Amino acid sequence: MPVTFQIPTYLATFADGQRTVNLASPGATVRDALDALWRLHPALRDRVVDEQGEVRQHINVFVGDESIRFASGLATPVPEGAEILIVPAVSGG
Amino acid sequence: MPSVQHVSPKKGDVLVLVGTMKGAFVLRSNAGRKRWDVGGPYSIGSPVYTMGFDNRKGRNRLWWSQQSFRWGSSLISSDNYGKTATEPETYSIKFPEESGLTLKNIWQLQMPAGEPDTMYCGVEPSALFVSRDAGKSWAPVKGLLEHPHRPKWTPGGGGMCLHTIVPHPTDPNRMIIAMSTGGVYRTEDGGNSWRARNHGIRAEFLPEKFPEFGQCVHKVVCHRSKPERLYAQNHWGLYRSDDSGDNWKDIAKGVPSDFGFAMVGHPHDPETAYIVPIESDEYRCTPEGKLRVYRTRNGGGSWEALTRGLPQKNALETVLRDGLAADSLDPAGIYFGTRSGKVYGSNDEGKSWQLILEGVPAVVCVKAAVVGDGEAPPKQSVTQKGREKGAAKKRSAKTRGGK
Repeated sequence: MPVTFQIPTYLATFADGQRTVNLASPGATVRDALDALWRLHPALRDRVVDEQGEVRQHINVFVGDESIRFASGLATPVPEGAEILIVPAVSGG
Repeated sequence: MPSVQHVSPKKGDVLVLVGTMKGAFVLRSNAGRKRWDVGGPYSIGSPVYTMGFDNRKGRNRLWWSQQSFRWGSSLISSDNYGKTATEPETYSIKFPEESGLTLKNIWQLQMPAGEPDTMYCGVEPSALFVSRDAGKSWAPVKGLLEHPHRPKWTPGGGGMCLHTIVPHPTDPNRMIIAMSTGGVYRTEDGGNSWRARNHGIRAEFLPEKFPEFGQCVHKVVCHRSKPERLYAQNHWGLYRSDDSGDNWKDIAKGVPSDFGFAMVGHPHDPETAYIVPIESDEYRCTPEGKLRVYRTRNGGGSWEALTRGLPQKNALETVLRDGLAADSLDPAGIYFGTRSGKVYGSNDEGKSWQLILEGVPAVVCVKAAVVGDGEAPPKQSVTQKGREKGAAKKRSAKTRGGK
């Protein structure tokens, strides 16, 4: 079940400069897919999730067009060929 | 993005490190401290709540915290004054998963002179981290992380932060820390156990005015030649302790307000300390629109206003708890930054002041250091002064905000 991660510009620095990362075997859920992404690019982990393994408050993760916050969180299923987007929230000061 | 400038300090130069809500700046001057080059901003856009300079064991390493509301908080280091910086791939300051805590911000860095590979960090939520390898790896101090008082510590206006770390100058097993709220705690066994040390400090905002803990202490300072003498700026209240924090007595006589955040001790005289009084926790600006640093030279027996060179009209300023610093020269340099983005410096112990930086984002921390392996720089000779005067003219075009 290959998936494609879309990485924001800031994080590309920590993914060998890549904005797009393809994973051949990401697992069944967003949590599995993120774990696979961390194995490939360990520096991404601390920047996307906190010590408790939760996606940071001002980062959104989408599977296709759907935010996992409004689905099943990290347990959200990842369909075959899905695109997973990591997107910084529109917030700040 | 703003253009980034760099400084190139040499041995004996003075550094003033300025953390703002949108990045870090590094100011450099020679020992005369009249003209300042400005480096930065670094970590552009990120709140920088603490900075430090490790000049132990021949290092010339700059540290600062970088907070991102998106990507979390981390420590950054640079061995060339910011020209290039190292951001760890995996964050070095992290709570253990079983603690249930997540790091919000890094508020304080301390590098004890007597332990050249040891560093301490105070963080939000209130906890202390220690590194024994000069900042490569860090671990929480368990005695404080698992302290039975933890469930009753509550956030002050800035968050629930451990903002003050005062290592004992000669005994590595002893240390004072302070947090808002929670108050002052002391360890005598290297961090395994911590006792609240707040006897005599008032908690205006609690039903019980003198509880064992829960006070909102904003800053504690001590002098290395007299470590049992402590001064504290409280959320309402100025205090002194002569027994390492066992007892505190009020020393607020002669100040326009005993509310304030910032406090620094004199580098050579344990009887001298500086504060910037603020008018009330509702208003949080300098009283009467006058920007005044207050100094005691008799252990808090009396205070004098230091105003020469500081605006005395329409100056509604705030200086936060880490916004006041002293260098180690003689005479001592004193520096402070404001939430309105100005930094003032004095090269004569506060007798006179000059604006050394302006137009930067809100200042949240100011630290001072002297380049040169922790050694005290030699006193200036007349010849050196002459050379500095010439060099200052060449550099003046690069100086931002200097007068």
